[in-house]
Amino acid sequence: MAQGKMRGDKSSALVIGAGIAGMQSALLLAEMGRKVFLLEQGPAIGGYFPLLDKTFPTNSCGVCFMSPTPPAFCPIYECHLHDNIELLPYSEVKKVEGTGGDFRVSIVRKPRFVDPKRCTLCEACIKVCPVEVEREFGGGLEKRKAIYLPYPQAIPHSLVIDPRTCTRCGECVKACAPGAIDLDMKEEEEEIGAGAILLGFGFEPFLAQKKGEYGFGRYENVLTSVQFERLISTSSPTQGFPVRVSDGKKMEKIAFIQCVGSRDPSCGQDHCSTICCMYATKQAMIAKERASGLNVTFFYMDIRPMGKDYERYYERAKSEYGIEYIRSAISSVKELQQTKNLFITYLKEDGIFEEREFDSVILSVGFTPPQNIKDIAGGMGLLLNQQGFCQTDEFHPAQTSVEGIFVGGAFRGPRDIPETVVEGSSAAAAAASFLAPNASSPSRKEYPMEGALGEEIPKIGVFICHCGEELKKSLSLFDLILGTKLLREVVHIEEVGLACLPEDLDLIKKRIGEHGLNRIVIAGCSHREIRKPMEEMAKGMGFNPYLIEYANIREQCAFVHRDLPELATEKAMVLIRMAVERARRIQPIRKGSQKVEKRGLVVGGGVAGMTASLRLAEQGYEVCLIEKERELGGNLRDSFYTLRGSNPQSLLQDLIQKVKNHPSIRPYFETEIIGFEKRNGHYKTKILRPDGEESLEHGALILATGGREVVPKEYLYGKDPRVITQRQLEKMIHLKDEGLKEVRSAVMIQCVGSRDEEHPYCSRICCGHAVKNALKLKEQNHSAQVYVLYRDVRTYGFYETYYHEARGKGIVFIRYDLEKKPEVALENGRLSVSVFDPAMGSRVSLPADRLILSAGVEPNDNRDLAKIFDVDLNPDGFFMEANPKSAPLDSVDRGKFFCGLCHSPNFIEDSISQGNASAARAGALLSKEAVEEKAYLANVIKRLCCGCGLCVTVCPYGARALNEEEVKAEVMESLCQGCGNCVVACRNGASQQRNFDKALNLAVLDAAID
Amino acid sequence: MSEFEPRIVAFLCHWCTYTGADLAGTTRQQYPPSIRVIHLMCSGAVDSIYVLKALIDGADGVLIGGCHPGDCHYQTGNYKARRRLAILKGILNQMGFTEDRVLLKWISASEGKLFADTVTKMTNDLKKMGPNPMKQLWNA
Ligand code: FES
Repeated sequence: MAQGKMRGDKSSALVIGAGIAGMQSALLLAEMGRKVFLLEQGPAIGGYFPLLDKTFPTNSCGVCFMSPTPPAFCPIYECHLHDNIELLPYSEVKKVEGTGGDFRVSIVRKPRFVDPKRCTLCEACIKVCPVEVEREFGGGLEKRKAIYLPYPQAIPHSLVIDPRTCTRCGECVKACAPGAIDLDMKEEEEEIGAGAILLGFGFEPFLAQKKGEYGFGRYENVLTSVQFERLISTSSPTQGFPVRVSDGKKMEKIAFIQCVGSRDPSCGQDHCSTICCMYATKQAMIAKERASGLNVTFFYMDIRPMGKDYERYYERAKSEYGIEYIRSAISSVKELQQTKNLFITYLKEDGIFEEREFDSVILSVGFTPPQNIKDIAGGMGLLLNQQGFCQTDEFHPAQTSVEGIFVGGAFRGPRDIPETVVEGSSAAAAAASFLAPNASSPSRKEYPMEGALGEEIPKIGVFICHCGEELKKSLSLFDLILGTKLLREVVHIEEVGLACLPEDLDLIKKRIGEHGLNRIVIAGCSHREIRKPMEEMAKGMGFNPYLIEYANIREQCAFVHRDLPELATEKAMVLIRMAVERARRIQPIRKGSQKVEKRGLVVGGGVAGMTASLRLAEQGYEVCLIEKERELGGNLRDSFYTLRGSNPQSLLQDLIQKVKNHPSIRPYFETEIIGFEKRNGHYKTKILRPDGEESLEHGALILATGGREVVPKEYLYGKDPRVITQRQLEKMIHLKDEGLKEVRSAVMIQCVGSRDEEHPYCSRICCGHAVKNALKLKEQNHSAQVYVLYRDVRTYGFYETYYHEARGKGIVFIRYDLEKKPEVALENGRLSVSVFDPAMGSRVSLPADRLILSAGVEPNDNRDLAKIFDVDLNPDGFFMEANPKSAPLDSVDRGKFFCGLCHSPNFIEDSISQGNASAARAGALLSKEAVEEKAYLANVIKRLCCGCGLCVTVCPYGARALNEEEVKAEVMESLCQGCGNCVVACRNGASQQRNFDKALNLAVLDAAID
Repeated sequence: MSEFEPRIVAFLCHWCTYTGADLAGTTRQQYPPSIRVIHLMCSGAVDSIYVLKALIDGADGVLIGGCHPGDCHYQTGNYKARRRLAILKGILNQMGFTEDRVLLKWISASEGKLFADTVTKMTNDLKKMGPNPMKQLWNA
């Protein structure tokens, strides 16, 4: 690579760290038309995500939904495919120069010692490599060689040599037929120019060795949760069946120890790692599914499933899966010499010690910042917080301490995947706003006009690629060519060596011209590998790329039947025959596009809605902001201080000012939504203003309709003025209410209107609010005694430190069970609360000058709105997302997004992130001049359609409608995603799909069987 | 007579199972060459007609591969496939096919080994079941 020449400019973005947050930021910015460099220090991108094959709360994978343009492959692969993203794997940042808007970043590209272009992954080198070490992936349970593939699906999909363990014996060089290995490869330096930098450094698991008392590293059957995750993954050596490490026997009785390296100042980890309760619960569920009869016990302090739908998940773990949770402190873990079983002694809440034996113990390790982060942060001038994670302002969660450097995901602190996806998007929004003045001019490639191919008689050219001799090991190319000659309409057959490389592509191009070929069949590797270069070649010469067919004789034949050359060749022949059959029938596809209405409609002017509006406007789009009240602000108006000490009122004023002053935002007050129409390519919403109706056309819709505090129905609320909610208390504290000065004893009851039958979810914010108000109350009135009656204290993340502080300041926390709820009594005009204290084993009675109820959060009634906009609500009345894991703010229909309290209970900070994120996702859509339709659209043969409407019901995207006049079904092309489900639903064969029509599929089927 | 080699027709969805089958290849998982893959966008696009035709034409088994529940790239295609197959199996039984000749399996893009094992197991099961009785009809 030529040194000294800088790539990228002020309009591009550099994303450092290719985990979930980084990949999400990169994909969104790339979709917005920015050039993105995605740098990763490891040899493959993906972060920790490839370790997980099932994630909570769905117990599925679902990460493919993360792409801003669904349906899509896994984000790892999408990043690799995206034209605007350039991957810089196995690279490190050396120096950052310049300032926000104009960074110059020197990076070092570490040597892989294997040329990915030449390596065919035959693995001959792996066989001869004499060095065997622990594989990092999965926590060292498995072995790898010094030359290895980081994990099976790794991108870049190429081997790498680990220089720390390689002995340079040279055996691999000798074994490598294509000569891809070069042990003298040197590192390369390069300079990248970028207007903005986005950080997705992520986290590292806590080193379990530091908590030596649990025996990790000494006792074989004590594992970390990272190792256990690998063990129960279907791609593990046991295919996910959990076996003991010491003897490979089936696990029967296992224990999870929670909070290892979390909530534990003794090992320098005072924060809660937020997700361990959930990931461990998931692991337990999956393990139980894989190994029936497995017994699982949790030892924990508090259970913290405070994300959307997590409480139900936890309840299912207990009721459906029979997982046992014991609130306790671990006293000791001992190994029994004979059996290598583990003996756990623990102290229960009631002060009694108990013992139990397990065959394996899993330590739910917490999360720390990446090890080398101090140096990296120092080099950039970045401030870190006390725990070593990235410091951010509460109300600017995507902004680091350095202008132009943004952050999202676990580098801000441990968080789950949905939040990471939100924050990766939020960082992209903040970066997009920041970069807006530096308009990018993405190099749009111009292609020649296509010839009118398709209608003539097929002239098929078949090219059989042997992949650098690799396929010849198990296939007889001679026979294949002979067989192909017999196929109808094949006019040219040729053997090529590496169809993906320019020489062979040129050759194919030449043959197309020479023989007038109008259909191409490439028999070789999977279409997923070769499609991109082939299509580029085709487009470059005006050949419709949809006239190329692929016969997968490599991944799905030669590689998997290595020792059966005869049968493999026979099968390859059938695969070619099927591809030729397809080629005979496919038609060219010229994708249509729909003009984008570059306007966003935001419903709700609270913190989330205002934030979303601003980010959209800053990206250059018009925004209509609809508010049903007379003024902006929503719940923010009733918020006066936060736990972290910020002032929501100044945020409120700031947001209102900015919204009102932004020339592209049009606020509508006292306005209601009365109608909504889907047009091809955009939406049309009818609103009712005090002075009449109006219709607004827009390309994206963001719903931010907010929520409210639940009105308590119990504990004398509304009957005695001394019984108030946290929100009322906050206002009294803010106004320095005289009455509070006389309070001797205040009692707070948690989970009022949360985690009960009516509201079976956790409201996430109430524990934090209680701690916040308790501390403030103490601050104003030192002598007041404050009691907090709780079920679990859910001060997740860094909020844990405030919980710690509250206990230090003498605030008393007493736990209660749902079965033994506190009771409030009114005697001689005095309120008192009686509660069963599990630590004492008896009831205690607490005087209450004020009784403060931590009332939960519920969404505003969105039923009408959901119907109008054709979006779904979950059973709790919150809007339902396309995928709870990786598309948490998207609706299934394209162009509709949710944020703020109408999505889930949130802190202000979360609502801001969500507002940002929804604006990024909407922005990715609005940034296009036109949205391209999908290739394989459904269509209707009107003559055959009877107007039964079955296809309309079946379509998940609302892309089908019944034309009432003609009584025929129609397809809205801009919404059709090309799944083909409607084709099956049709009884008359009227519903068809381009290049997947029934006749075609049946013909291919014929070719498969004969 | 040489050993009976079953023929399986597989309909794999574009996003998960087809990719999983590719991964079986890149990781060199070995399985019998009994299977012929037809690539569709979603398991919900597999028409019962295709399954029936495959069996009538003499395929010994039909495999339908889709994304795991909750992971279908078109939301619910896999659930539709599951429901449809449940009904079809009833019909197949009445037609005298063993319903076990048709298998619906969720295989994700990372489950290359599972794909290989599925084909291996299905092939072995079909060997035990013997050839598709339809074939004799054709040859009669
Ligand atoms: S896309 Fe895989 S089953 Fe629908």
